[in-house]
Amino acid sequence: MARLTKENVDRARATIALYPQMRSAMIPLLHLVQEQDGYVTRDGMEHVAELLELTPAEVYGTASFYEMFKMHPTGRYLVNVCTNISCMLVGGYELLAHLEERLGVSAGATTADGMFTLEEVECIAACTDAPCLLVNYRTFGPLTNRDADTLIDDLAAGRLAETVPVHGVTNRVKTRRFSATPGAAPAAAGTAALDAEGAASPPGPGATEPQSKDETSPTRKPEPGR
Amino acid sequence: MPSHPLVVTSRFDRSDSHTLMGYEATGGYQGLRRALEMAPDAIAQEVRTAGLTGRSGGAAFLTAQKWSLLVDSEPRYLVINGDESEPGFCKDRALMERDPHQLIEGSLICARAIGASQIFLYVRGEMALAQERIASALVEAYDAGYVGADVLGTGWSIDIVLHWGAGAYIVGEETGLIESLEGKRAFPRTKPPYYPTTYGLYMQPTVVNNVETMSVLPWIVLNGGAAFAALGENRSLGTRMFSLSGHVNRPGNYEVELAKLSFRELFESPDYGGGIRNGNALKAFIIGASFPWLGPEHLDLKMDIDATPPAGAPLGSGIVVMDETTCSVRAAWRLVKFYAHESCGQCTPCREGGSWLEKIMYRIESGAGRMEDLDLLMDVCDTISPAVQWPFKWPPSMTTICALGPSIPPSIVSALGMFRDE
Ligand SMILES: Cc1cc2nc3c(=O)[nH]c(=O)nc-3n(C[C@H](O)[C@H](O)[C@H](O)COP(=O)(O)O)c2cc1C
Ligand code: SF4
Ligand code: FES
Repeated sequence: MARLTKENVDRARATIALYPQMRSAMIPLLHLVQEQDGYVTRDGMEHVAELLELTPAEVYGTASFYEMFKMHPTGRYLVNVCTNISCMLVGGYELLAHLEERLGVSAGATTADGMFTLEEVECIAACTDAPCLLVNYRTFGPLTNRDADTLIDDLAAGRLAETVPVHGVTNRVKTRRFSATPGAAPAAAGTAALDAEGAASPPGPGATEPQSKDETSPTRKPEPGR
Repeated sequence: MPSHPLVVTSRFDRSDSHTLMGYEATGGYQGLRRALEMAPDAIAQEVRTAGLTGRSGGAAFLTAQKWSLLVDSEPRYLVINGDESEPGFCKDRALMERDPHQLIEGSLICARAIGASQIFLYVRGEMALAQERIASALVEAYDAGYVGADVLGTGWSIDIVLHWGAGAYIVGEETGLIESLEGKRAFPRTKPPYYPTTYGLYMQPTVVNNVETMSVLPWIVLNGGAAFAALGENRSLGTRMFSLSGHVNRPGNYEVELAKLSFRELFESPDYGGGIRNGNALKAFIIGASFPWLGPEHLDLKMDIDATPPAGAPLGSGIVVMDETTCSVRAAWRLVKFYAHESCGQCTPCREGGSWLEKIMYRIESGAGRMEDLDLLMDVCDTISPAVQWPFKWPPSMTTICALGPSIPPSIVSALGMFRDE
């Protein structure tokens, strides 16, 4: 329920500098908000509006168009079961029904302990591994009901924490880059980003810095009852 | 094993195919080195000779011709469409996860050929692994000097920005993708006038190409356009990836030489589909969710971009096999439900028509259908795509801004045309 942290503001500025026009950083910044808080908070959206020099309404209007941006608290693990054609043909709906029973919630809802949100979704581009699902946008399939149970057990016990970070975290690899095309970015934003990068670590032309693959959002703990 | 060279999937059996080490050990970035010694026009000429057409699985536009349409204005951008979300398609995700350097190299070659000053790689939001694989590959490629300032000491500078979406099928449509990349809702733009090669990203000339289209380029530059054009026939040149799913024993992503293999071979051969499950008979197959269905009478057609009926209709990249146990109403309903859900809402026929069709199909599927519903379905389809009929005429007529609207009727009209009695 908060604005972006100082560290995330630095990341936001560096992201804005990647684009010729600041507004292009809209979706990346909203992802940053969701990574920090687990969903897209009002405060977060207002902060994004400030950073992009837009009105909050422009940010809400865009955020609400995209399905990955959740406007309400979401489980630590978002389970998206595909029921589109290839999955439907080999048991996608049955897999969804099984998970509804197993988790005790219907599609669209979150378990009482805040661990799982279950959703029915459209094709997740894993049709050759049908029936399949995503957990926080990582693919699992093909799955029998038993495989799905094992997956839920492993997630609940924290055994997959390395493969599946908490909801909100998508790409964990940070590419720290500079603009090779001088003038491509608005000068002010570009400078701000370089300052921000300089503060975080010594930049060099062409410097790119992988971060630990295992890094998960440091600011969030599972919130029981969310 | 296939007798043709593997153009884009040659590294798929290597566990390190996504790393720079694995990539360089298998000829990686040699195409870029070659391209940097060539004049930009000469690169485009090789692609023209290759006869390469867009691999998005929709209209197979000649890639070199698209590049030549770029209007003469700076800056110009290259945008890679990695938003794959068409039901049945999963080949771009495989290419991004398993050979991200090949995609990066191909994109660099394209940017060089068209004089782009920046590359935007738009990856679907729901593909976290693809994003991480590409991000790691970009880190390696920047460090190795393949991307960034003064590429390989040639004085040429280029940046690649990895951008990922947030869940909306319509982002796959190229002008919707551009709007989204500008930080807006992905509302497709009207064409004309907004052809990306004239008014693209930030209203500058822009090429939007598919992930597979880019991934082919290193091979073409290294082996020559003629070697590519030696594969396939007529307009169907080279190889292409197809995602085979549904009721086959061996679903998978297969790279196939165009115009050589028949659908029957694709479904039955032990190298590909391995037969229909339980030895069942085929009922119908889908070659792209927005295109008319095909039936057993089409099994001996070759996988050629011009061979599948109706004349002029494209050959999609996702082939979904339905055996005799499949309910055609349920299958058509599920596809319509998808489009109804994914309509961006700008055009009334698409927004309203899609959800009406979904409701009527659902009514029929759940056994409460009335005979009049069949005509009602055709009526609504006719509003979205006037004069739509079975068998189809291609291209379908349109009353909407983008092609999502006319993508809705084909499955219904196919199900009605092929299996009306159900
Ligand atoms: C509704 C709709 C969805 C589309 N989805 C995709 C997609 O997910 N990926 C893609 O590459 N092209 C998609 N396209 C096609 C793009 O608009 C564009 O033609 C393509 O990216 C061009 O690439 P190519 O010439 O290399 O094939 C879609 C088109 C429409 C009308
Ligand atoms: S046809 Fe449908 S998806 Fe395309 S612009 Fe119109 S409403 Fe949007
Ligand atoms: S249809 Fe389920 S992943 Fe494509």
